[in-house]
Amino acid sequence: MFSILQGVYDPAAVALIAALALGFAGIPGLFLRTPGPGQMCAAVISILASMVGIPAALVLLFSHATTTFVLEWGLPFGSCELAIDPLSAFFLLPIFLVAAAGSLFALGYWPAAEHPSTERGLTFFYGILASSMAILLTARNGVFFLMVWEVMALSAYFLIVTEHDSEDVRRAGIVYLIATHSGSAALYVLFSLLAAQTGSFILPVAGSLSALPPAAMAIAIAAFVGFGAKAGIMPLHIWLPSAHANAPSHVSAMMSGVMLKMGLYGIFRTLTFFHDPPLLWGAVLTVAGISSALLGIAFAVAQRDMKRLLACSSIENIGIITTGFGVAMLGVSSHNAPLAYLGMAGALLHILNHSFFKPLLFLGSGVIIHAAGTREMNLMGGLAKGMPRAALFFFIGSVAICGIPPLNGFVSEFLLYFGFFSQLQAPSLIYLVLLAPLLALVGGLAVVAFTKLYSSVFLGTPRSQGAAHPHEAGLTMLLPMGLFALLCLLVGLLPQQAMRLVAPAIASFMPQMSAAVNPAEYGVMLGRISLMALLLVVIAAAVALLWRWRLGSASVTSAPTWGCGYQRGTSRMQYGATSFSELAVSVFNGIIRERITRPGLNGLFPGAAGCGDKPTETVLERVIAPLFTIAGVSFAFLRRLQHGQMHVYMIYIFATLFILMLWAH
Amino acid sequence: MIALADQLLVLVLLINFVVLGTSRLIFSIRAVAVQGVILGILPALIHPFSWHLVGIISMILATKGAVIPLLLYRAMRSAGIKREVEPFLGYVPTLLLGAVFTALSFGFAGKLPMLAEHQNYMFVPASIATLMTGFLILTTRRKAISQVLGYLVLENGIFIFGLLLAEAMPIMVEAGALLDLLVGTFVMGIVINHISREFSSLDTSRLTSLKEE
Repeated sequence: MFSILQGVYDPAAVALIAALALGFAGIPGLFLRTPGPGQMCAAVISILASMVGIPAALVLLFSHATTTFVLEWGLPFGSCELAIDPLSAFFLLPIFLVAAAGSLFALGYWPAAEHPSTERGLTFFYGILASSMAILLTARNGVFFLMVWEVMALSAYFLIVTEHDSEDVRRAGIVYLIATHSGSAALYVLFSLLAAQTGSFILPVAGSLSALPPAAMAIAIAAFVGFGAKAGIMPLHIWLPSAHANAPSHVSAMMSGVMLKMGLYGIFRTLTFFHDPPLLWGAVLTVAGISSALLGIAFAVAQRDMKRLLACSSIENIGIITTGFGVAMLGVSSHNAPLAYLGMAGALLHILNHSFFKPLLFLGSGVIIHAAGTREMNLMGGLAKGMPRAALFFFIGSVAICGIPPLNGFVSEFLLYFGFFSQLQAPSLIYLVLLAPLLALVGGLAVVAFTKLYSSVFLGTPRSQGAAHPHEAGLTMLLPMGLFALLCLLVGLLPQQAMRLVAPAIASFMPQMSAAVNPAEYGVMLGRISLMALLLVVIAAAVALLWRWRLGSASVTSAPTWGCGYQRGTSRMQYGATSFSELAVSVFNGIIRERITRPGLNGLFPGAAGCGDKPTETVLERVIAPLFTIAGVSFAFLRRLQHGQMHVYMIYIFATLFILMLWAH
Repeated sequence: MIALADQLLVLVLLINFVVLGTSRLIFSIRAVAVQGVILGILPALIHPFSWHLVGIISMILATKGAVIPLLLYRAMRSAGIKREVEPFLGYVPTLLLGAVFTALSFGFAGKLPMLAEHQNYMFVPASIATLMTGFLILTTRRKAISQVLGYLVLENGIFIFGLLLAEAMPIMVEAGALLDLLVGTFVMGIVINHISREFSSLDTSRLTSLKEE
């Protein structure tokens, strides 16, 4: 069936085979009677496939060439082309990485012995999700793209509803399903319009379409809606927090670290088709991106569910990436090569970085859930004492995601800042400088959010019985986390090398303009960042050693945190997660509100009372939920068609047939 | 030979009315089996002899004449019902409707743009009439077994149409269609069992309780 044009041993074929192997990883487990070996087998296959796939993707990335295969599928939508160019190869890297790490993590996090009924499906769909995303990147036929897209969307759905006994999980699944299919509907429009423009379903070559006709505008809008719904750009993000919170942690890691990027890839890919895009496109992307970043992190600050916080922070990071991309588009439209280069570099590097630290944090949240048995931050505390290694890795991830040197988040955000400020002297795009304080605000809020997360989970004293006796995670769970932490540190320390990974993808995005940019100029700058980061690491290591040495020579007594000599100190005297962020959230009262129910205090000796809070999104509650209610009410008459009477259903078929016959006649 | 085929088709149409008009399930099953057998003989009359044709015919006879009726008998026996009581529409009205549909299908077939050599035969009107009868049974009867019978009659209608289309039907297509039918009946037999176990009756109108609120 595969007619492979090139030789069998070329890296593109290897990458494709590795991608398919990921999909087959979960299949043996479906047929094994005893739970356990199947999961082990899936982990081994995934890791092997990734060890083959990552080098292949790297070779493809640096080869600057496009390899094309033609799949003879016998369907009437033109030939089915699969191609891997540097842009695809770049996005392949996180897929292989997170798939392997996630399936290793699953061995400890979701062991088959403890979850015999759900493990098989979980392992199977995990492989399918990774595989479909990898194949998606190679698809160059619109119809094939949609098919693979649907496989991806559905396998993610089945992963989200793994714990379908719970009402919350089913609800999150339904919301996701509706959101993803609304997005898919826009993609149908997109590919139909593209086919109408080019005359075939084969995706057009880069820069081959004119951006001037109104159809081009329609294509851009459809791409923004369809792919944006998958990426979680505001206001298309409504499915994201609940889906990420309710899925198993390694699935959240995969969805947040990789699947959201597929939406971004789609936007990237679609916009490469056009030459000379209008300034408006870049402006829309920039505004949507920066508002996603700002609102996403504001939501994150208000959350009390640890995984919801991480999910909202994904919205923020996607927003940052979209901002970078929008800035790059502005650069392309205004023929400003350095701006385009910096925006694109920032966006792509942040994609890579986000696929390191976000899976790290989600895997960390899995470890925490194992230890504390809850996702509620107000019930945790003091976990660092029982699980120092996991706490360290989680700390690295938190620092990285806040964009603090010497870790990787800093590098990509720095490139964006540099891009904004590079326009200070420019004649036309000077207002881009205004983005810098906004991005700084986002960074500051990220620090609030992650300080809240880290301190309420790991520091202080336990706030509930469940969190009182944490245990260190097993090796299978710590190893993937350690790998991601190491990658975060490496990219932070050697940003020049990371830029080399990004450069081919940038070149493929703006082939005609990359000659106008001198990467060496930025290389020097990145070299300085690298030096500074190294210095920071050395200082941190020296302080840590000094501290160790001082501790070693003194006698150490351990006491509860915030003990402070109180006789009757309780864990409830410390700041809770909600109280920590209350002030920061109150600033964003119009967008997100913490509904705090306080007890009324009456008399001299008030009795026992409870206090609770619930973060509520204004956009969701005031705009989107009412819209759905209106739609539900106004289409209620359609529900009468579905009444369960078999015979009347038959009459529907009969009537349809009859009408069609009359019509055709 | 074609004249004989036309007479057999008239028989098929009469059997349609038998199925529409009777309440005894055993009788309906037998009638549908006879209809299947007649349809099995038809290809022999209109196509020249070949071994491939013999294979197809013997398969049709075995499936429609023996295997499917047997499956239905068993389903009926295990569910313990003999009669279709209280259909949604009474027997006389359905018979009348069946007559109207048959007439309409003759009118409709006359208007269809067909090849000259097919113009004067009854294949197309008989096919449409049988199809309509199948639909009528499906929509008006309450018991699950009657619905399976409706499905079989419907399929018979499609089969008659197929006779016209293919001079020499590829054996794979034929075999595939037959297998489809057999598996369909088989699955429905299982479904019938489950319905009767779950609701302790074969009344498909009880299935409304499965509706999502």
